[in-house]
Amino acid sequence: MAFNFQLLPGLPPRPRLRMPSGFRMPPVLRNLVRALGDSIRDLAPIITVIAFFQILVLGQAPDDFLTILAGLLCVAAGLTLFVAGLEMALFPLGESMANGFVRKGSPTALLAFAFALGFGTTVAEPALIAVCAEAAQAAAEAGVIAGDPAAIARYALELRYVVAFAVGTAIVIGVIRILMGWPIHWLIIGGYALVVVMTVFAPREIVSIAYDSGAVTTSTITVPMVTALGVGLASSIRGRNPMLDGFGLIAFASLTPMIFVMGYGMVAN
Amino acid sequence: MDWAELTFSTLFGTLRDVLPIVLVVIVFQFLVLRRSLANPARVLTGFVFVVLGIVLFLIGLETAIFPLGRGMAEQLIAQAIAGVDGQGWLRYGWIYLFAFAIGFSTTMAEPSLIAVAGKAGEISGGSVGVLGLRMAVALGVATGITLGVYRIIYGLPIHWFIIAGYIVVVIQTATAPRKMVPLAYDSGGVTTSTVTVPLVAALGLGLAGAVPGRNPLIDGFGLIAFAAPFAIISVLAYAQLSAYMARKGRTGGSRK
Repeated sequence: MAFNFQLLPGLPPRPRLRMPSGFRMPPVLRNLVRALGDSIRDLAPIITVIAFFQILVLGQAPDDFLTILAGLLCVAAGLTLFVAGLEMALFPLGESMANGFVRKGSPTALLAFAFALGFGTTVAEPALIAVCAEAAQAAAEAGVIAGDPAAIARYALELRYVVAFAVGTAIVIGVIRILMGWPIHWLIIGGYALVVVMTVFAPREIVSIAYDSGAVTTSTITVPMVTALGVGLASSIRGRNPMLDGFGLIAFASLTPMIFVMGYGMVAN
Repeated sequence: MDWAELTFSTLFGTLRDVLPIVLVVIVFQFLVLRRSLANPARVLTGFVFVVLGIVLFLIGLETAIFPLGRGMAEQLIAQAIAGVDGQGWLRYGWIYLFAFAIGFSTTMAEPSLIAVAGKAGEISGGSVGVLGLRMAVALGVATGITLGVYRIIYGLPIHWFIIAGYIVVVIQTATAPRKMVPLAYDSGGVTTSTVTVPLVAALGLGLAGAVPGRNPLIDGFGLIAFAAPFAIISVLAYAQLSAYMARKGRTGGSRK
């Protein structure tokens, strides 16, 4: 399938940064300066909220003003670099790989990539490891599993693999949806209906863990990569619309862990 | 924790986060697709920017925002339990306002949401407003967190709220502009991440530990789960409102 990158919907024209004549900023630097302005705007609400509650409601100034200022500068600089890096690496890479899979014409390779991306980024996620350890502890206290450390560790590890497998499966289902052009709402609404039904039958200890596991799976690096994959696929396949078909992969990734974890809880009992 | 230790542990954690993605990309790009990168230097610089950016962002949050936010949550809860601001609804007034404000402001700073909203603005050719979308998500999260706090204070069962939320989502899905539906579903998943989770979890656990008759293990969790359906509702409502305004603008009529 021939594909012309020129056909990709481009960025809307942005206002040029005015600079004294004779001075030309390198493009990387220009992007950073623009992103820094955006970052400061993005952080303004949280700084306002904290200052308001700290000074007006609690009536006290923070102890170590310099440390806080340094921390805020770190946050602004970090957000700036992250956004610049997105545009330079994660977005173009994800989209060009999606396009490469379409041109290769091998759905198997694409689905393997989708699974690896979902599984690989989730299985090592620190937030997930923490939640699984807590869940195993809670399960042991509730008497669902044996109380010895080996059994607890095994339960935590199994839970982690269940969630990672769920996210891998989610990206695969989401990619199949893009390839086939299925409308998203039947799958998602059906999925949530299943979650509701399973909530009734699953053991109570596992339900809150299952609900939380849906929220911890999508990290800051995974989200842009997965979004770029979806949008890249939808723009490379004839008849697909990037808005209508490209988005939705993240929605699957937050839905399937709930179903899989509750299923695991029902089977393990 | 001192700066060196914090920097090292954050850098290590972020690299461990990035490693699987880099491995998957390398294997599929070079072994399966067998293509070279179009612009390797640029992509490599971008990856370094992403890693450095996340590390700086997390260090900054850990030194400036999280300690202040957690401390404030504790103090506000202590004031409310002591009944400083009066009884009844008013007693927890500042906590509701704090929950709403923290939900809104942390979502506006959430890097994943900035990424997805930016992409949506680009793809739609500007017809999806990036800032408007992010504000819609942030308002949804703020509403969800506030309701979640209300639930913890009164000890109401979580699943009725969540199920009711998703019923509203189903009704809106049937009537909202179709092109916005997948984006709205996605925004439910990206709302809760690096900035929001630690602060909101501290508020929920602190509140469940302090309000008499609540159990942190049963009532403390689930604030995060509230954010997703309300973010979806809010984005769909934003899409419905935009479509309504556009329709009204086209027909040229204004309601008297």
